[in-house]
Amino acid sequence: MKVSDARVCVLRIEGTNCEEESYRCFKRLGAKPEKVHLKQLTGTDVTSDERRSLSDYQLLVFPGGFSAGDYVRAGAIFAARLRSRLSKDLVEFVREGKPVLGICNGFQILVEAGLLPAMSGVMSEAPEAVLGTNDSARFECRPTLLKNVNRGNCVFTSRIPGDRICQIPSAHAEGKLMFPLDSANRIIKELEENDQIVFKYVDPDGELAGYPWCPNGSIASIAGLCSPEGNVFGLMPHPERVFFRYTHPDWTRHPDGNGDGRAVFESVLEYISKKI
Amino acid sequence: MAVAEVRVTLKKGVADPEGRNTLKALELLGFEGIREVRSVKVFEIEMGGRKTEIERRVEEMCRKLLANPVIHNYSIVVK
Repeated sequence: MKVSDARVCVLRIEGTNCEEESYRCFKRLGAKPEKVHLKQLTGTDVTSDERRSLSDYQLLVFPGGFSAGDYVRAGAIFAARLRSRLSKDLVEFVREGKPVLGICNGFQILVEAGLLPAMSGVMSEAPEAVLGTNDSARFECRPTLLKNVNRGNCVFTSRIPGDRICQIPSAHAEGKLMFPLDSANRIIKELEENDQIVFKYVDPDGELAGYPWCPNGSIASIAGLCSPEGNVFGLMPHPERVFFRYTHPDWTRHPDGNGDGRAVFESVLEYISKKI
Repeated sequence: MAVAEVRVTLKKGVADPEGRNTLKALELLGFEGIREVRSVKVFEIEMGGRKTEIERRVEEMCRKLLANPVIHNYSIVVK
């Protein structure tokens, strides 16, 4: 499919607040994004003109924000609403190989909905992981450095070389990736074998390091994960905030080239143009 | 009308930054001899129906939304 025909569903509910930037990244790259409210997909309180179907899109994006006020747990309410009304459509969407992206709150939603890490099928019955309160117990908001450690499974990072350190901002209070304590080591090993670990927080030398380089205390410094098939991807940092060079904090010293986040969007559109 | 009290606690061994920070703040206020502070979330759900039916439905609510089994335990008391 041509990129100019690729329809992108940027899905929001009350409290989502990064839909505009996410929308514009895809618009800028020539795709056809649309900001869609969850009610438009479930058909609740909407006119027939506003009604949309997930199957009309080639890419689904859960943007960042504080969906439903982050009440109960970050992303839990959005995820519960998705599961109750759209699980069949979602599972079908993922099974067809169509890509799904969750940024920040979107990552929390994917984890709470059981779509990541998806180690027991496309959508697990109960969450298999959690993005819990940062070790610092604070909202951590600053540029973070990431390394792409994926070996080629993830369709969102194919254009990011493994030796490059990307500067992508983080802004979250609940970003600490955790697995059940008694099986965490086994799960990490399995994720590595399945090539599901995508981004890790690193220091300027590209080495794993503790706080503040890793803002949240995530297990194995993981910042982003994908599904075993590589088409569902979630990450805590915000690539859409560094689409352009001039939104990098050091852009006056390094004014040339693209923003570090742009390659995420280019990679997935390249995947769509070749595989969908 | 009955009230179901749902208590969501962190599993043993899971880090509790909120509890830890609260402990630190209490110590800064001069409170001594505190061993640990644990944060707990409580939901009070008011609803009608028979007690066993309420327990069954609230249990389902915990599984579907109120707790994440990776880090949480929960208990339900219907009053």
